[in-house]
Amino acid sequence: MCCLCNTKRAMCLLTCGQSIWVCLQEIMKWNGWGYSDSKFLYNKKGQAEFTGKRYRLSGMIIPGLREWMESTFGANLQHKTPAAPILNSSAVQPPTLNEAFLKELKSTGIPFSHDAEDRVFRSHGHCLHEIFALREGKIGRVPDLVVWPNCHNDVVKIVELACKHNVCLMPYGGGTSVSSALECPPEETRSIVSLDTSQMNRILWIDEKNLTAHVEAGIVGQDLERLLNESGYCTGHEPDSMEFSSLGGWVATRASGMKKNIYGNIEDLVVHIKMVTPQGVIEKSCQGPRMSTGPDVHHFIMGSEGTLGVVTEVTMKIRPMPEYQKYGSVVFPNFEMGVACLREVARQRCAPASIRLMDNEQFKFGHALKPQVSSIFTSFLDGLKKFYITKFKGFDPNRLCVATLLFEGDREKVLQHEKQVYDIAAKFGGLAAGEDNGQRGYMLTFVIAYLRDLGMDYYVIGESFETSVPWDRVLDICRNVKARIVRECKDKGVQFPPLSTCRVTQTYDAGACVYFYFAFNYRGLSDPVHVYEQVEHAAREEILANGGSLSHHHGVGKLRKEWMRETISSVGMGMLRSVKDYVDPNNIFGNRNLL
Amino acid sequence: MTSTYKDSGTASLKDEEEFTDILEERRCTTDLGYALRTFNPQPYKGAPSSSTSDLKKAVLESQYLRYIAKEIALETGSSVEKVRQEARGILEEMSHNLQLGFIRLMAYTVNKVFKRLFRSIYVNMEGLNMLQQAIQESPVILMPNHRSYVDFLIVSFILFTYDIPIPVIAAGIPLASMKVVGEILRRSGAFFIRRAIGSDKLYWAVLSEYVRTIVRTGCAPLEFYVEGFRSRTLKSVVPKLGMMDMVLEPYFKGEVFDITLVPISISYDRVVEESLLALELLGVPKPKESTTGLFKASRVLQEDYGCMHVNFGRPLSVRQLCEGKINRSEYNLIPRDLPQRPSTEIQDCVNWVAHLIVRTQEEGSLISPWSLMACLLLQAPITTLTEEGLQWHGLTEKTLWLRKLVLDFRGRLNWPAHTTDSDVMSSTVALHHSIVHHKAGRVCLVQDGDPASQDPLSPEEGVMRTAAAVLMLVSYRNQALHVFVRPGILATAIHITKSTQKDELFSFFCFLRDVFANEFIFIPGRASQDFDEACSLLQKCGAVHMSEQEVTVLETGLEVLSFLQKLLQPFLDSYQLIFRYLCENGAHVFTEKQFLPAVQNLATKLILSGDLHTFEVLSSDTQKNVLSALRRLEAVTKLRASQQNEYKVNKAAVRRTGDILSGKIPPESLHAIPDARL
Repeated sequence: MCCLCNTKRAMCLLTCGQSIWVCLQEIMKWNGWGYSDSKFLYNKKGQAEFTGKRYRLSGMIIPGLREWMESTFGANLQHKTPAAPILNSSAVQPPTLNEAFLKELKSTGIPFSHDAEDRVFRSHGHCLHEIFALREGKIGRVPDLVVWPNCHNDVVKIVELACKHNVCLMPYGGGTSVSSALECPPEETRSIVSLDTSQMNRILWIDEKNLTAHVEAGIVGQDLERLLNESGYCTGHEPDSMEFSSLGGWVATRASGMKKNIYGNIEDLVVHIKMVTPQGVIEKSCQGPRMSTGPDVHHFIMGSEGTLGVVTEVTMKIRPMPEYQKYGSVVFPNFEMGVACLREVARQRCAPASIRLMDNEQFKFGHALKPQVSSIFTSFLDGLKKFYITKFKGFDPNRLCVATLLFEGDREKVLQHEKQVYDIAAKFGGLAAGEDNGQRGYMLTFVIAYLRDLGMDYYVIGESFETSVPWDRVLDICRNVKARIVRECKDKGVQFPPLSTCRVTQTYDAGACVYFYFAFNYRGLSDPVHVYEQVEHAAREEILANGGSLSHHHGVGKLRKEWMRETISSVGMGMLRSVKDYVDPNNIFGNRNLL
Repeated sequence: MTSTYKDSGTASLKDEEEFTDILEERRCTTDLGYALRTFNPQPYKGAPSSSTSDLKKAVLESQYLRYIAKEIALETGSSVEKVRQEARGILEEMSHNLQLGFIRLMAYTVNKVFKRLFRSIYVNMEGLNMLQQAIQESPVILMPNHRSYVDFLIVSFILFTYDIPIPVIAAGIPLASMKVVGEILRRSGAFFIRRAIGSDKLYWAVLSEYVRTIVRTGCAPLEFYVEGFRSRTLKSVVPKLGMMDMVLEPYFKGEVFDITLVPISISYDRVVEESLLALELLGVPKPKESTTGLFKASRVLQEDYGCMHVNFGRPLSVRQLCEGKINRSEYNLIPRDLPQRPSTEIQDCVNWVAHLIVRTQEEGSLISPWSLMACLLLQAPITTLTEEGLQWHGLTEKTLWLRKLVLDFRGRLNWPAHTTDSDVMSSTVALHHSIVHHKAGRVCLVQDGDPASQDPLSPEEGVMRTAAAVLMLVSYRNQALHVFVRPGILATAIHITKSTQKDELFSFFCFLRDVFANEFIFIPGRASQDFDEACSLLQKCGAVHMSEQEVTVLETGLEVLSFLQKLLQPFLDSYQLIFRYLCENGAHVFTEKQFLPAVQNLATKLILSGDLHTFEVLSSDTQKNVLSALRRLEAVTKLRASQQNEYKVNKAAVRRTGDILSGKIPPESLHAIPDARL
């Protein structure tokens, strides 16, 4: 039970008599992805099922998943690797508390906790090694204290106290990091305080004349959209993690959203940022849409990954909610044609809100996740479609790939736009494959993270990672990285060929974002996580050697730090270093990310 | 799966490998039936089935060629269209036109010819199996050595026989101009490269794009001779890097995941062109390749050439070879379609890979009993050989002794099993009746005289006649040289320095390795490994005793050491003679045209006066190698402005090099050992 929830609930009961407030920690898994009530499992009949009520897939049977898992990974339902069911508090090191800090903190009235469960919950992101350790009940260095500031001023007080008492602060938003950014540096000897921004989750104002909203940085993506929707607006920023990730986290990691083609990435959406640093508060004096005032200080903040301070409030662009949304999908005879089509779409600058191209393996994977169909008619139709594509059109089922599309805007324009895109696709041998396939593709984005937990129950571990790359290198990087993964797994003694697949998830004028999924069956390996890390490391080396970037939107954290110097040059490192040295000379924000 | 590459320096010799005689089966079936067999190879998995016209189109329309064409048009003031037209012409002249029908014709003919020429063609099936595997996984480069025109189509022939995709083969343009034959070769997969491309930018561009496209698409295995041309001396030639560079670039630029290199060692008992080679080296010009010439050569079909061995080496993964040596991200900042000069890191790596391949070819080649005999015959005084002859009994004994030494040195020996040693000896001599004859317990050198000529030979002509015979022997000795080179150099270092100090010997070893880098194949950057190898081999055969600091010669090792030292003596003598020529001859600037005959004259004189004991310096190959070595050591420089290969000599530097070589001054004073780079 979250400590804050107790106190807060008590306070709520006292003040308003009813609790409308929900603490995410209460309803989320402590050692896996997402909500506790939602997960994949194999039922008594051995069929895969997705529990809960939150998603379209919830409560459904997924008949094809088991066979796919067995044939792809050589996994077996008899060979289970269950997770430790509950957190063993005795495995958690007792907190190193800075008494003077604590004393003054108490006097401010800001809620805090050194309960083991609260601390462990904020000690990790969702890298494979982090979750794997939790499932085994292994707990490393965790924050010694958690504080819940309620507003900007609370943060100012906490940072002042931290500076005064030389306490290490680590900002915590939604906890969805996949770069080891939330891992406590084991060499840190000071008391580590996790600064949880979740209570700073209000929209402070909406400016309908300028279409901006001023929002506290702790707000989680889905709440932000829901609340704005209530006023008829949206930000349109939808990273795959938007259910749990926070606005502050987006700013700190330079996040990218699925619909960036219409709304832009976080750097395009932000108008004004307020951040509390050890040197004081940084913000601009006005909300002009563009300024020529030297290097944009926002760009010191965006991507700073919690090393400089805490983002407390952000003014963001908002848009009226789209009148009409339409999903779509296109099947291509092979990945090469698909990439050529995406390139052409980008050249003509007519990309829909989202366009993603999955390779053949991922297409098959998506297929395996089709829920049981209720009517014979649907399955008949499916059969017919398959027949048309593979037999009539001559697509090789082991080579074809699929693009999913999402169009947004007013109805007429959407339909026009849709036609334009399908016409381009046709030039590259693409066949329209229906709205359903498209919608399912996007739905999978949200449930795919749950699937890793199922895999981990059966000796399968895996992860995704991403890069951005110029257009002319897209095919080469996809081929080479996938092949490298397969070869490395073989060399490292992985018994069964791994799943090594990719998709192109974003298009830009000059390149694309590529997302890789990689998973393997680790039976027979004595140190699977180490093998996993070696393969991931090799895959990143391969990405860099093939002209890919270190990261498109996941960030650097501690996981990819070693490549920063070669990525931005020594001078670049010096620039970042000097900013850090000025803003935070005593390394109060000591999560040691990035540099 | 390509094998893991472990150690390049030492021959990873497994137990006797299985060689299969592929002619045996051919002799039992009809040639026509064989040529018409079903041919259904498994190609590289990613390769689209593309025609030669697709290939040409891809090359012509490549971004790279467009860019170069524009650049050339700008430089020369002609129109882009004109330049592209020219490029099209070059491509037409170059391009292969592989067609299955012609492969069958080729197989039919080659089969017939080979059955005439050779008793057997042995192929290691294991290597072939590995190749078959490798071809399905990544683009494959077949890299045979080149000792005879005969081997031009041997690999295609074998691959056709075993249902493996037929390669496209890089060939010299003279072959293309042969009537009919040129076209048949083209349709059998040959593509043709001009000699002396020099600075023809457009030609380079077309050629490199053509080669890269073949590798990138993996449409067919690519075969080329990394040595650049047929070795006239039967010794490995220092690899040429142009083709190697083009072939590896698609990997460096990430256009393919990996490339597989397959070194192939082809060894002959007897080389068809043996007498031509010697004459060519002595300056008698080589006959132009022509179809009529080919038919004239058909008298060679009457002769017996023994066996041929084709040893397919382990497939080497370029990715694994280059790991840690290069950083491919240097290509990140310039579009890969644009010309970019590779960094020295990349160039060094290409050079290293090329040397490694040639070394691997050497290690894979088989040494015949005849090569061993040639080593020994050449150590006998020349008059013995030409006049009274060498004792058969002694030669047999020595050859058997040398056989043991080769095995100690981990050489691959092709010594017929199930035959008595004396039978092996006599059949070997019988096979080489054109060079030696065995009569009355003695072995003499056969000297090719012209019986029609009535005029007695002048002394100079006599020298040349003997030289021709000796150089033939030399070339067979050369086939075995790679086994002895490293310990031989150490033996030479011991002989010259008279030192027992390891570090002193090592620095002299490095000096010799450096001076003779054009004669023998040394993998760059492996001087200390080479030295260690030499030490351990000499220790193994009981020639020396090794301690931490010292190398001491053992009584039992004198025979080995003296053999090795005498084996390399002709090289030292030849180099010293040419050094002497350069120092004592007045000219500071000379052309290659003056240099070659002048050296030959001086050498002939000294041979006649009994002051020079080797004929090898008469070989233009040796002369050119010395020149290259001196240029590498910066004692001779090529004049840039000069059209006719003019050289400027730094006499002091040449003299110093000679003095070090003779042991007068220690090698430390040499300015640089440039190969410590890798």
